[in-house]
Amino acid sequence: MTTETPEVGTPESGTPRARRLPVTDVSLVVLIGSTGSGKSTFARKHFLPTQVISSDYCRGLVSDDENDQSASADAFDVLHYIVGKRLAAGRLTVVDATNVQQDARRALVAIAREHHVLPIAIVLDVPGEVCAERNRARPDRQLPPHVIPRHQRDLRRSLRGLEREGFRKVHVLRGVEEIERAEIVPEKRYNDLRHLTGPFDIVGDIHGCRSELETLLGRLGYALVRDEQGRAVDAAHPEGRTAVFVGDLVDRGPDTPGVLRLVMGMVESGHALCVPGNHENKLGRWMGGRKVTVSHGLQESIDQLSAESDEFRARVREFMRGLVSHYLLDGGALVVCHAGLPERFHGRASGKVRSHALYGDTTGETDEYGLPVRYPWAEEYRGRALVVYGHTPVPVASFLNNTICLDTGCVFGGSLTALRYPEREIVAVPAEQEWYEPVRPLRADAPGGREGRPLDLADVAGRRVVETARLGNVAVREENAAAALEVMSRFALDPRLLAYLPPTMAPSPTSRREGFLEHPEEAFLAYRHDGMRQVICEEKHMGSRAVVLAARDDAALDRRFGLPGPGAIWTRTGRAFLSDEQLTGAILDRLRSAAERAGLFEELGTGWLLLDAELMPWSLKAVELLRRQYAAVGAAAGAALPAAIDALAAAAARGLDVAELTDRQQERAADALAFTEAYRRYCWPTEGLDGIRLAPFQLLAAEGANLALRPHTEHLDLIDRLVAADRQQAEEAGAAQVLHRTGRMLVDTEDESSVAAAVAWWEELTGAGGEGVVVKPVEAPHRDATGRLGQPGLKVRGREYLRIIYGPDYTRQLDRLKQRSLGHKRSLALREYALGLEALDRLAAGEPLWRVHEAVFAVLALESEPVDPRL
Amino acid sequence: MFVSISTTGAAEHPASDLGFLLHKHPDKVQRFPTAHGTAHVFYPESGERTCTAALLLEVDPAALLRHGRGKGRSGSPDLALAEYVNDRPYAASSLLAVALRTVFRSAMKGECTHRPELPGRALPLRIELPAVPVAGDGPALVERLFAPLGWQVEATPVPLDESFPEWGDSRYVRLELTGTLRLADALQHLYVLLPVLDGAKHYWVAPDEVDKLLAAGQGWLADHPERALIARRYLSRRWSLTRLAMERLAMARLAEADDREAEELDNAVPDTPEEVTDTDPTTTALAADAASTPPQAAEEPVPGGSAEAVASEPADGDAGRSESLASQRRTAILAALARTGAARVLDLGCGQGELVGALLKEPRVSEVLGVDVSSRALTIAARRLRLDRMSERQASRVRLVQGALTYTDARLKGYDAAVLCEVIEHLDLPRLPALEYAVFGAARPAAVVVTTPNAEYNVRWESLPAGHLRHGDHRFEWSRAEFTAWAEQVADGYGYTVAFEPVGPVDPEVGAPTQLAHFRLAEPATTAEPVTGTEPVTAAAAATAAAAAIADRTDSPSNDPALEGSANR
Repeated sequence: MTTETPEVGTPESGTPRARRLPVTDVSLVVLIGSTGSGKSTFARKHFLPTQVISSDYCRGLVSDDENDQSASADAFDVLHYIVGKRLAAGRLTVVDATNVQQDARRALVAIAREHHVLPIAIVLDVPGEVCAERNRARPDRQLPPHVIPRHQRDLRRSLRGLEREGFRKVHVLRGVEEIERAEIVPEKRYNDLRHLTGPFDIVGDIHGCRSELETLLGRLGYALVRDEQGRAVDAAHPEGRTAVFVGDLVDRGPDTPGVLRLVMGMVESGHALCVPGNHENKLGRWMGGRKVTVSHGLQESIDQLSAESDEFRARVREFMRGLVSHYLLDGGALVVCHAGLPERFHGRASGKVRSHALYGDTTGETDEYGLPVRYPWAEEYRGRALVVYGHTPVPVASFLNNTICLDTGCVFGGSLTALRYPEREIVAVPAEQEWYEPVRPLRADAPGGREGRPLDLADVAGRRVVETARLGNVAVREENAAAALEVMSRFALDPRLLAYLPPTMAPSPTSRREGFLEHPEEAFLAYRHDGMRQVICEEKHMGSRAVVLAARDDAALDRRFGLPGPGAIWTRTGRAFLSDEQLTGAILDRLRSAAERAGLFEELGTGWLLLDAELMPWSLKAVELLRRQYAAVGAAAGAALPAAIDALAAAAARGLDVAELTDRQQERAADALAFTEAYRRYCWPTEGLDGIRLAPFQLLAAEGANLALRPHTEHLDLIDRLVAADRQQAEEAGAAQVLHRTGRMLVDTEDESSVAAAVAWWEELTGAGGEGVVVKPVEAPHRDATGRLGQPGLKVRGREYLRIIYGPDYTRQLDRLKQRSLGHKRSLALREYALGLEALDRLAAGEPLWRVHEAVFAVLALESEPVDPRL
Repeated sequence: MFVSISTTGAAEHPASDLGFLLHKHPDKVQRFPTAHGTAHVFYPESGERTCTAALLLEVDPAALLRHGRGKGRSGSPDLALAEYVNDRPYAASSLLAVALRTVFRSAMKGECTHRPELPGRALPLRIELPAVPVAGDGPALVERLFAPLGWQVEATPVPLDESFPEWGDSRYVRLELTGTLRLADALQHLYVLLPVLDGAKHYWVAPDEVDKLLAAGQGWLADHPERALIARRYLSRRWSLTRLAMERLAMARLAEADDREAEELDNAVPDTPEEVTDTDPTTTALAADAASTPPQAAEEPVPGGSAEAVASEPADGDAGRSESLASQRRTAILAALARTGAARVLDLGCGQGELVGALLKEPRVSEVLGVDVSSRALTIAARRLRLDRMSERQASRVRLVQGALTYTDARLKGYDAAVLCEVIEHLDLPRLPALEYAVFGAARPAAVVVTTPNAEYNVRWESLPAGHLRHGDHRFEWSRAEFTAWAEQVADGYGYTVAFEPVGPVDPEVGAPTQLAHFRLAEPATTAEPVTGTEPVTAAAAATAAAAAIADRTDSPSNDPALEGSANR
């Protein structure tokens, strides 16, 4: 790495040319100069105010006096803290303090190292008299006379040793004039190739397997260029794709020189990029005459290279020397390096970064083969950039938390793998033979592997903000996350399966009709107001919400979710819907065979389906609640009111005027009876599958697809086919049907007759004891008139059903109940909806588990927000 | 809700004197405003031979709601726990008690200015309540509460719903009390015992209700054989106020989202009365009385409660003679930790902090990090450990944080030892690998102590029905072979050695009630160069550890003959 500019130390008195000071875009710039040397003025001129942290300012922060020297220790603590935060965030930072003493600089160099950025020194060397004169002009700063001479002495003493102290660039500006003329030139980091957007073909560890490399490049569509001896010396892709090699080109294999010749040619002609592997590093050191232990296949390289010309070896040496530890590509969305890299190291430069990029990290333990146990950095990886690496041989390349290891052990007889980016397609060619015997068998999985796709508490706990594609940032408060954590970890299913939790739904605006709290005309009006003409009314089944994940076969579930099995059925809070696994299996089995019969798996190109459904009867899950609360109220009313009415009748017979009181009790008794009738409709006994009804109303996801974005009409068509298939198979087997249809009616909100028909249908449904309907825009998701995400649906519940919600005699308190406020519920419904879609988007895009879980967890957390539960 | 009070009489003592006693004219229909609605008093019959007074309380749901609000500590209106579908308008609960007191205040005090001789006279009374909510034992409890006061009790359960006979009876009984008592006493009995029977959890009671209870109980409560139960029930209603702390509301809402009861989710720690004596000196006497009752006498099984807590006590109630199993467990864990010399210890699933407290008493222990997923458990633990009153130095040794062991957690790395005391069995089996990874793979303390019930021993718990688990929230309980197999597989997979020891009285047939596994990280190789023969280390160490465990077993505290006996009975 360059250490300084050619100008350093060359006196340039009298030249009018500006001094150009290269400054790396992410670095720590340390200004050095005595008080009065013009550091603050210099900083103001060349840097943003927020980039400059001055010790005077920090003194003011802690003591209310910028010149209070007794506050210096605290002031520097604050300064170091701010500098650390800025560097951690990758921001250019300038320290405006005298920094003439080595101690002061040492602390800053250490902070720069800690954050893996380059420390750069800019020295302002101004004669003492000038400094003294400037200070005299500042009434707020009365310095003792010895201060400036001391600063000057310290500065002289410092000048020679700055590079030794760790500054990677040192710019010394002598005299006022040179300072005036100086110009800062921003410089990119070597690893910053964000401007290259590919497309790329990233190639895993080659280890001298030239023939496989040639085959792979051919498979990827590259045209090989051969020299007169028939040796491949370059390869170019007709569509201008760029190959990227993750290192470990050399050692162990049959033709290290051949691989190098090809790769070096590609890099030199701009057809490829290459990062070094640990094997290049060691070979490079050996070639540079350093003493290294010849092991792990280095001998093969040495032998093969000895047959090459000096010129070739010199070219190899030069190539190795020029390799940069890792690259940021495609606007920062792609990071390529040899052994993987945690996010905090991306685009940074330090010995540690290089070491991790080349060797990875180890736990300090060794495995039973005596090999170091690799630290599972990828499990903890939460970065946005895709990290593509190699180094650890695995049988198959697979994604783990947005990282992928492409070393599939070609030299050990595995395969040579490439990743097409941005397509994320894997292309692999098998090894022609086992070229080198492995010390241990290939690991069964990527580091971390199957067991280790663990979620970290930091993915969910505390106050969080979840980015959603459709509603921007959605915040989760700490206390809600805490409750969700308890429920999720104690009661919910394995998060790998739990790809979705259903959002809550807002009711329609409160009806203005006499005697009704909710009425469909308000829902139609609301959507019409939003400019939505096409809406669909769907029958609302009164059971319990169930999300169903049904796999085509055990292996299909395993492939996608990492857990074998038939699937799962869960509740709104992620619990297994039924404690009876056998019954769950039976329901899933019916669903699976119906989907098979209806051809849904084929049609959607998937091995599994995720559905939103209602599982009935209500009493199946809620029997405890029914017994404790609903039936209990009915029982209490049924016992108390008749006794009171009898007593009133006796009193009336005595001639007491209790007519009004009696009427009221009779009304209440009728209400209580209506209430009992209302809940009874949703209860019936079940025995095994008998009596169980599953009414799916939306397909949520299939392999690679967020189906919730499709129009509801399409969902219902597909589901109708499922239901029909189930009817057929039930008839054939002489069993009861399990899947049930959801009634629906399409409505044009601007067509009065269409609206009237839907209202009539709602009246009929609810009159017969139905819960009500949900009104949804056919196209989902929809935007309202102002362009914001609109309500995905509005529920309109029946008059009798609402007794279960608001109490038996709620109809007598309608005036009060109509004051209900829907704002919070509507906001909650939207936020949960956006999070639910986000989870499905992430699932469809094959994003890491933690990303899906983050959104799902947030839905659960929001469910614990305080909202009127009757809405 | 409705109550009727009847009496009989003759010419010299006409039944209609009831009107004087109640201060309500038999020929009028009167209405009285009360806190929760309007009370109507009328007489279905009134004559020389029989007279019946009836009180009909028309509950105003809006008033009920108003009282329901603002009961959280923040006073903010939170609707989650106010149940809209509510038996309060119909059932004879504390609302009726309050109404009785409001409407018949003088009668309850035994005052009658017009006929001063009447209150002192015992009358043949019949009191009918068509729907009395009873938490727990149903009719039997009603009998136990009223019979000692001189009532003849007829309590008939009301079925939940005749359309669903499989649902059984409701918690309501039709109650008829007959007896010859003074009317004032009768009213006081109702005033105190109706709420006690009800035991409602989500109903608001003003703090001064306690004083009212003590006043109303004067003269009869002190001698009542069930006074402890009455006090406990009454106080438990007060504790229900503390249940409304903010952290619980969020849980309650999640339960509601899933059509479940809040208690079903928020059951990590039992509801305990630990605050009472601290906060309210007026209740001390009654609380102490309640506390002296042995736990076996608890009148109802606590949902999600622990059978062990009950069963581990010797049947004769002489708790002083032997250590409880929980305490033996702590002793065994502390001994295991002492052998490792651990100074920085994780208590994973610390619950209410019993082990954290014990660890802090060990001078060797420099730091304890208590982790639990239940916010409420942590709140209780902090209160019990008196964290806010600890000296800075002491406080710096302990931290309690919320965490979940199915997630990896960076805060747990680098400790000498971790304890999982009665924790693993609270996880669904399929989630156990996640815990294994988070603890043994990611946190990776040098030692791990795991305790869990020995399912084989369950046959020795008298109070535990066959095939039942010891605790409502246990997802599984393992035999010794199952536990051993699990622990060995974990040790193997994560490079630990493991040794086992029994905790509690060892039964020759079924072993000890608790099993303990002591894992130790196999010596990490410090060199990155190939090392040969690392495999045998584990086996050898395991053998040594096993030998040590066997040696331990011979002089373990579990050989206490008293315990042995009680468990074998």
